[in-house]
Amino acid sequence: MPVPPVVTGSRLIYFSSASENTSRFVSKLGRDAARIPLLAKDAPLLATRPFVLVVPTYGGTGGEGSVPKQVIRFLNTPQNRELLRGVIGAGNTNFGDNYCMAGDIIAAKCGVPHLYRFELMGTPEDVARVNNGLDTFWTRLSQTQK
Amino acid sequence: MTEKVKLLSHVEAINWNRIQDDKDVDVWNRLVNNFWLPEKVPLSNDVQSWNTLTPAEQQLTMRVFTGLTLLDTIQGTVGAVSLIPDALTPHEEAVYTNIAFMESVHAKSYSSIFSTLASTKEIDEAFRWSTENENLQKKAQIVMDYYQGDDPLKRKVASTLLESFLFYSGFYLPMYWSSRAKLTNTADLIRLIIRDEAVHGYYIGYKFQRGLEAVSPERRQEIKDYTFELLFELYENEVQYTHDLYDGVGLAEDVKKFLHYNANKALMNLGYEAMFPASVTDVNPAILSALSPNADENHDFFSGSGSSYVIGKAVNTEDEDWDF
Repeated sequence: MPVPPVVTGSRLIYFSSASENTSRFVSKLGRDAARIPLLAKDAPLLATRPFVLVVPTYGGTGGEGSVPKQVIRFLNTPQNRELLRGVIGAGNTNFGDNYCMAGDIIAAKCGVPHLYRFELMGTPEDVARVNNGLDTFWTRLSQTQK
Repeated sequence: MTEKVKLLSHVEAINWNRIQDDKDVDVWNRLVNNFWLPEKVPLSNDVQSWNTLTPAEQQLTMRVFTGLTLLDTIQGTVGAVSLIPDALTPHEEAVYTNIAFMESVHAKSYSSIFSTLASTKEIDEAFRWSTENENLQKKAQIVMDYYQGDDPLKRKVASTLLESFLFYSGFYLPMYWSSRAKLTNTADLIRLIIRDEAVHGYYIGYKFQRGLEAVSPERRQEIKDYTFELLFELYENEVQYTHDLYDGVGLAEDVKKFLHYNANKALMNLGYEAMFPASVTDVNPAILSALSPNADENHDFFSGSGSSYVIGKAVNTEDEDWDF
């Protein structure tokens, strides 16, 4: 029996591993946000409104293994994929070509923009830029879409 | 050197089918997939480029690399090994043995660069410089003292600062040469080292945070104060070391920005907020893009004009988990 999903109307959905880096960044934004569950046995997350996804990349070589399994599972649900409007990538420039690679992969696969990149838990400047960017982004979308 | 090496007093057969912390498996797999050897990098293609450097630039490069060799040697033979008795899980112990070995690979890879580019006499001179430079020796001594101390959390702080901060006065130079299309194969090798150190700093910092969760608020505050004190002590020494190395070529100020930027990242690996403000972490964009080709602001929709944004390049993914 599959576990029934947890439904969310949050405009911001994120994944964070046990390192909590991305989770710390998201909490600094002070916006309502929903977290993709870490464990396979946890109830899956189901989005009901358009949202932006925050996803970290830690290492990896080439594209393989860059997108966390939990995020793949989340995006395999068609409804979640249809409501995805943009991606924000987290990572570390020390990973070279792979810096925020998961964001690139998801943006390309789902046809949405990679809105911003930041490192680890983000600096105060990252927090300000993302908050301003998201405000502008949602305003612009609400003017062009229903 | 008379102190006895600390070893685990009790060991059980490691069972990789019973995992307490998934991060151990993730990081082990990451490290194994990232494995490399210097013999795979065509360093000899840099010989021509090496000969375009002035004697002073060559000497600087050699000195930078002997300094990095010393840090990698410490981390391989003492640092990563000293973390084993403090491990919370048997799999964490195994990850440290992987880290220790890889640090020895890094240390050896500088010798590959040396033997490809320089004469025995130049190599010996650079190693002699490394034993005589006061600030380099001081940085090694500060870290070594903590490795030999009896506080597991402080050892992890010292180790993370080494992995994520102390290397960067050195890493700057190959990124600088690479941005000017010089020593590009050497830079490729250094990027592999940088990638490894990032995983090491991330993992040791993560384990530090797990350890911190188990102690009292007072102890947590003590460790936080200690971390910032140690960072300041190391930072002041790094600034001196940077001047020793880079004043002759006029790059010291540029290197310092890179130090600030990386000090912030070291703190974040430990779960602390960045300390240096954006006004002093504005790393030369050429250095950042030598580090990561998509690190500049033009890649961000929010930061750019937005309207000119093009959906990202197709990336080949072999993950069979995707359903679409």
